[in-house]
Amino acid sequence: MKKVLIIGAGVVGCSVARELSRYDVDVTVLERENDVACGTSKANSGVVHGGFDAKPGTKKAYYNVRGNAMFDKLSKELDFPFKRNGAYVLCFDDAKRDGLKRLYDQGLENGVKDVKIVTGEEVRKREPYVSEEVKGALWCPSSGIVSPYEMTIAYAENAAKNGVKFVFEKKVAKLEKAGDKIKVVCEDGDEYNADVVVNAAGLYSDELNNTVSEKKYKIVPRKGEYMLLDKTAGYLTSTTLFQLPTAMGKGILVVPSVHGNILLGPTAADIDHKDCKDTTYDGLAEAFDKAKITVPSLTKKQVITQFTGLRAHADAGDFVIGFAEGLPLYNLVGIESPGLTAAPAIAVDASEEISDYLGLKFNAKFDPVRKGIPCFASMTENERAEIVKKNPLYGRIVCRCEVVTEGEIADSINRPVGAKDLDGVKRRTRAGMGRCQSGFCSERVMEIIARERGIDMTEVTKSGKGSEIVIGRVE
Amino acid sequence: MSVKNLIIIGGGPAGLAAAKSAYDEGERDILILEREDRLGGILNQCIHNGFGLHTFKEELTGPEYAARYIDEVLKRGIEYKTGTTVLSIDKNRRVTCVNEEDGLQVYEAGAIILACGCRERPRGAINIAGCRAAGIFSAGTAQKLINIDGYMPGKEVVILGSGDIGLIMARRMTFQGAKVKAVVELMPYSSGLNRNIVQCLNDFDIPLMFSHTVVEIKGRGRVSSVVIAAVDEKLNPIKGTEREIKCDTLLLSVGLLPENELSKMADVNLSPVTGGAIVDDDMMTETDGIFACGNVLHVHDLVDFVSEESEWAGARAAAYIAGKKTTGDKVAVEAKDGVRYVVPQYVNRNGDGPLKLKMRVGNVFKNVRLCVVCDGKEVYAKRKTIVTPGEMETVTLDEKQTRALKNCKQAVVCLKAVEK
Repeated sequence: MKKVLIIGAGVVGCSVARELSRYDVDVTVLERENDVACGTSKANSGVVHGGFDAKPGTKKAYYNVRGNAMFDKLSKELDFPFKRNGAYVLCFDDAKRDGLKRLYDQGLENGVKDVKIVTGEEVRKREPYVSEEVKGALWCPSSGIVSPYEMTIAYAENAAKNGVKFVFEKKVAKLEKAGDKIKVVCEDGDEYNADVVVNAAGLYSDELNNTVSEKKYKIVPRKGEYMLLDKTAGYLTSTTLFQLPTAMGKGILVVPSVHGNILLGPTAADIDHKDCKDTTYDGLAEAFDKAKITVPSLTKKQVITQFTGLRAHADAGDFVIGFAEGLPLYNLVGIESPGLTAAPAIAVDASEEISDYLGLKFNAKFDPVRKGIPCFASMTENERAEIVKKNPLYGRIVCRCEVVTEGEIADSINRPVGAKDLDGVKRRTRAGMGRCQSGFCSERVMEIIARERGIDMTEVTKSGKGSEIVIGRVE
Repeated sequence: MSVKNLIIIGGGPAGLAAAKSAYDEGERDILILEREDRLGGILNQCIHNGFGLHTFKEELTGPEYAARYIDEVLKRGIEYKTGTTVLSIDKNRRVTCVNEEDGLQVYEAGAIILACGCRERPRGAINIAGCRAAGIFSAGTAQKLINIDGYMPGKEVVILGSGDIGLIMARRMTFQGAKVKAVVELMPYSSGLNRNIVQCLNDFDIPLMFSHTVVEIKGRGRVSSVVIAAVDEKLNPIKGTEREIKCDTLLLSVGLLPENELSKMADVNLSPVTGGAIVDDDMMTETDGIFACGNVLHVHDLVDFVSEESEWAGARAAAYIAGKKTTGDKVAVEAKDGVRYVVPQYVNRNGDGPLKLKMRVGNVFKNVRLCVVCDGKEVYAKRKTIVTPGEMETVTLDEKQTRALKNCKQAVVCLKAVEK
């Protein structure tokens, strides 16, 4: 059987893995971290972009609009939270209204449906907390929101169900051409041979390509800082609120999450280090102050956490998608925004192209459906009563803020591509994601992880090796 | 659906005391719902002593103090369920809860006492920049890890906030061989009890730095250092005063928040100052038949006062069920001039018995008089050499003073300067 190695288990790597699992081919995903969605895929705005922002004729524009259209079916098939909530691009200055018109025209050219320009009053009629200073806006009803890590996890679980193997904590050092194949050399000395390697290494996709390709790329990590508000701030907006974009990106947005929180950010600063995920005093202040321009009644009192995400900005400007010249290396480089939106469509094309190259047959046993962890918090009273009867662990509430049960936590650890640590459990179940930010439940979740994985409490980590939570027994 | 006269949410010190006195007041149909696997609440992890000086005139540890009340509850045969989380309540006193054995249960309660305690303010709420590495704990989480589970959270520690749990944990971690490098307090004063500063910091030469805060947390995987800085009068960090302290652990003791998620579901009106319910002198909220006591009502610094307040709430809830609760017109008690809040916020005009008012001040004041003023007339005054936000003040009015308050148009609790 032909062998494909995918490097990187972000939304791009996992979506390609799942689409490739439609074919009769041996697929393995190598990931440097201990879980999927540990890089850019876990820390971004979670917006499924309409597609008016990308320059016409680019891959960004093409895959954005195609990807967007796939989300309704995909989110049902893979059971991840998605909502088409619509987006406004707000204009605060009459002199800059032509900016809206430009976006509108661009949207039409890209094939975005139903965009229109509206007045400030129309915006405030739908979103009463939006600033009085807003003079006009672009309205894009096809814009949506998604939980980016839950989407990635869903892709990964479905891929695993269809035979894809995942290897974690496996850092790739370099690629080598080996005849018509390609050799993957890992930092720990392990080697893999593959008929095709898919480069979905996100921030590191340039370095990976550059170890073997003639053509070199450069990724500049672009840092974005965010603040997350409590669900009690959810009334502030139900639609995604952009400000007119700048050269550095789409500006600071105020956006609801699929779970009812409000997200502010991101800032945009090009930095040198690809592992810098720190927030800064000034960055957070900027995110907050600029978001306040959109929604003046914002207060810091409702902030429950802050985080930083890095976008993989390629100097080329557009997505790089396709085989590297003369190599069985399929590059997916510079998949920055709207990469999350584009990923489903990119994955379809990439897997078709790889299948054509390798002459693959369809996998007759492919099952496109994945069921998520039954979510106690969103069940009706009867559903709750039923599930506790079936599995009494659902009667034990571990995370009070998000109402997450022991049943869900145990399931998140034991399912395919399961959670290994606190952050993994958090992304799959929301335990620790609420307003107390795991103050009450972290210790309980640690116990459950230790029990289900058969490890000692001192081995339980927050997010991978080196993030052990306790240092030893009390003497 | 089952019917219960009295449901008490929370089996910590507040719930236990409320249950005991409701029983002694004649109520027999009581159910305590506790989410942890044992009764006692947060006291179970407070293994230091200093509890019970007011109630029992002796120094007990947290578990010992809890055991006294648990015994009282068991002796009376009061029904309780542990491992049981209340999922929702509504204003008609419908209580939905869940546990492993009984599954989902729905009760209709004659009265509810909210005794759900409080939780710690998390890191996110105080906006500290930096990494999201392991090694950042709320002081209470660290306390639970050490005292209940027997695991050490770290060995080189900085504590942000000088609340009581932070102070207690400074001593506890030192006992276990950790090095506590500093306790950093944003305010120019501590929100903890003075006795804890002396016994937990001074006795171990742990520096307490007022008007300082943590501006950055550094580390990959695990915390490796924190950067602290002095703050100005507006509590903003002063550039140029930053200093890095190497550590593997940051404990946060930056305030407690009454846990009123359930209260909100039942449309209970909350005070923006206390974060707890607005109550009358029977500890009944503005939602009929729903009472509140202990840290869910306002954060206490001594458990003895929680017990006392909750015994009163239990007794009054029993009276309510028996149709004997005071009704009718109420007078508002206002907090003014240095006093941040007063509980209860309302007093029944035709209630009986002497009145206890509990309050906190908003800053440190020296040489003041704590006064109760009714229609401009001072009916109570007590001289204080010092009052601090960290120590709750209690004013007990005698019968005459109580009557004056109940009959006035406007009641105010305030601080006045002592004239020299």
